Amino acid sequence: MQILTKRQRILWGIVTVLVLIYALAPVFSIFATSFKPAGELNSGEFFAKQWTWENYGTILSPEGAAADLFLPALRNSIGIALIATVIATVLATLAAYAIARFRFAGKGLILTLTLTVSIFPAISVVTPLFTLWRQIGLYDTWAGLVIPYLSLTLPIAIWTLTAFFRQIPWDLEQAAAMDGATAWQSFRLIIVPLAAPGVFTTALIAFFTAWNDFVYGISLTSTSEARTVPAALAFFTGASQFEQPTGAISASAIIVTIPVVILVLLFQRQIVSGLTQGAVKG
Amino acid sequence: MSTPTTTRTTTTQEQPKTERVRGGYDKQKRAEARLGWLLAGPAFAVMILVTIYPILQAAWQSLYRSRLTAPDDAAFIGLQNYFVILSDPLFYQSLGVTLFITVVTVVVELVLGFALALVMHRAIRGTRGLVRTAILVPYGIITVVSAFAWYYAFASESGYVNNWLSIIPGFDPNLNWFAQTGTSLSVIILSEVWKTTPFVSLLLLAGLSQVPDDLSEAAQVDGAGWWTRMFRITIPIMLPSIMVATIFRALDAFRIFDNVFIMTNGANGTNVLSLLAYNTSIGRLEIGLGSAVSVLLFLCVIIICFTAVKLFRVDLTGVKEES
Repeated sequence: MQILTKRQRILWGIVTVLVLIYALAPVFSIFATSFKPAGELNSGEFFAKQWTWENYGTILSPEGAAADLFLPALRNSIGIALIATVIATVLATLAAYAIARFRFAGKGLILTLTLTVSIFPAISVVTPLFTLWRQIGLYDTWAGLVIPYLSLTLPIAIWTLTAFFRQIPWDLEQAAAMDGATAWQSFRLIIVPLAAPGVFTTALIAFFTAWNDFVYGISLTSTSEARTVPAALAFFTGASQFEQPTGAISASAIIVTIPVVILVLLFQRQIVSGLTQGAVKG
Repeated sequence: MSTPTTTRTTTTQEQPKTERVRGGYDKQKRAEARLGWLLAGPAFAVMILVTIYPILQAAWQSLYRSRLTAPDDAAFIGLQNYFVILSDPLFYQSLGVTLFITVVTVVVELVLGFALALVMHRAIRGTRGLVRTAILVPYGIITVVSAFAWYYAFASESGYVNNWLSIIPGFDPNLNWFAQTGTSLSVIILSEVWKTTPFVSLLLLAGLSQVPDDLSEAAQVDGAGWWTRMFRITIPIMLPSIMVATIFRALDAFRIFDNVFIMTNGANGTNVLSLLAYNTSIGRLEIGLGSAVSVLLFLCVIIICFTAVKLFRVDLTGVKEES
């Protein structure tokens, strides 16, 4: 720990504040907008003079004008993203374990495919999926989104987990076996606790990825049956055709942002190591 | 979980003394390969099913005249859809805008991301966690939400930015940011940069932490200034992570869709390739033409990736390390 002069301390203070402004300003901006009453939406001021909950009422209360758009979308978003996350994490855990531990022909092929899928433009497969899903009845269903979401979540999950698993000292398993532990004991007592943080972090990153999707959400759904929040936001309309849905969209944006901010606050360290380990090797 | 470890395999491999041992080794190797594919196979199959299969389907559909609005009119027309697209100025305009956005965002993000990485690297203990948590917020936020946040801040009806900028002499407070190409693209790029710079800075931070402190210190003792140390020591050592960040971000930026869709929907010369594909297939239900745009977009991404990997000689998969 270096000892700082007073000047350095002030300088660091300024730098930190600048970074905080950079990172949080747009969030505050939409937060402030979400509390503006209809009459003040076009006031040209950052903060409302009269803060109001009315925009949240519009999307959350049963009689709210946009509640039938927002609430089903929120349910769809949470459900679809969670299912896609669980499937991707399970498949990726198995694959990453094999990649990190075994030598076998075709491992390079698997890694190359993972990379190819991760750079794949989602929009390129939207057209074929759109026609196929309409033929086989997956259009506008949860499954119709969960499946393509795997193309977003699987590569990043395999990537991140392989990096995590490569760092686990697998020899411990053998050491435990020598000390008389059964295979199941050494797996449960040694490997699971070592691997669990990596698996959890991977699930978190996969969830963020699925939660963020817009391309599939807007192309492969048509009603509130399966439409996710990002897609639904694009369909919000004002109470009348002369009214912009600014307030309702801002309030919805804040509601879907809160869980992300909480997760980031809680698991900052894990997310950073997960994001960087996968991409850059030591 | 009593699987053979790699170390054991290697030693057996080095000393295949007798036929019996070699036979045992082959058997073990085969068992390992089988288990490996058993575990990795499902993920492998799913990835093929959700990307490779649809892109082949798109390539097939792109050879047909097919509109969902006129389903009986479908016919095989060879490469005609591609001729239509490649002779349409809108395609080249979209390609140009996409490339412009890609280059500008990647350059800005590398510079800004590097600055942020330096801040995080050097930050004193008290503020490091705070800074790291803060920059993860843009990473976690939905791109569409970011697009709306920036859109509302700049839009002439709901925005406050014009109000703030009007203190600058000569600034027109009635400027409609989304009425011209240049100003629209600026806000689109701003949103894109804000949302993805944190990812770049984290990659660069990981590279930065690989630069040994004593090397830099030794150079400082020898009289090298900050810039010299930066360009002669730090940047060369972290070059691999700079390249990885550049390639991943360039490919990501090339696929830009969300920000453009929300802010302008391609109006005023801001159309991008992804949006062109979307509007052709999903908007106008021209499946044949839309598939052709999708295939062209996919080819662009592959070409960019291939060129970058060859040019920078980066081994993105780490496959070489493996074998």
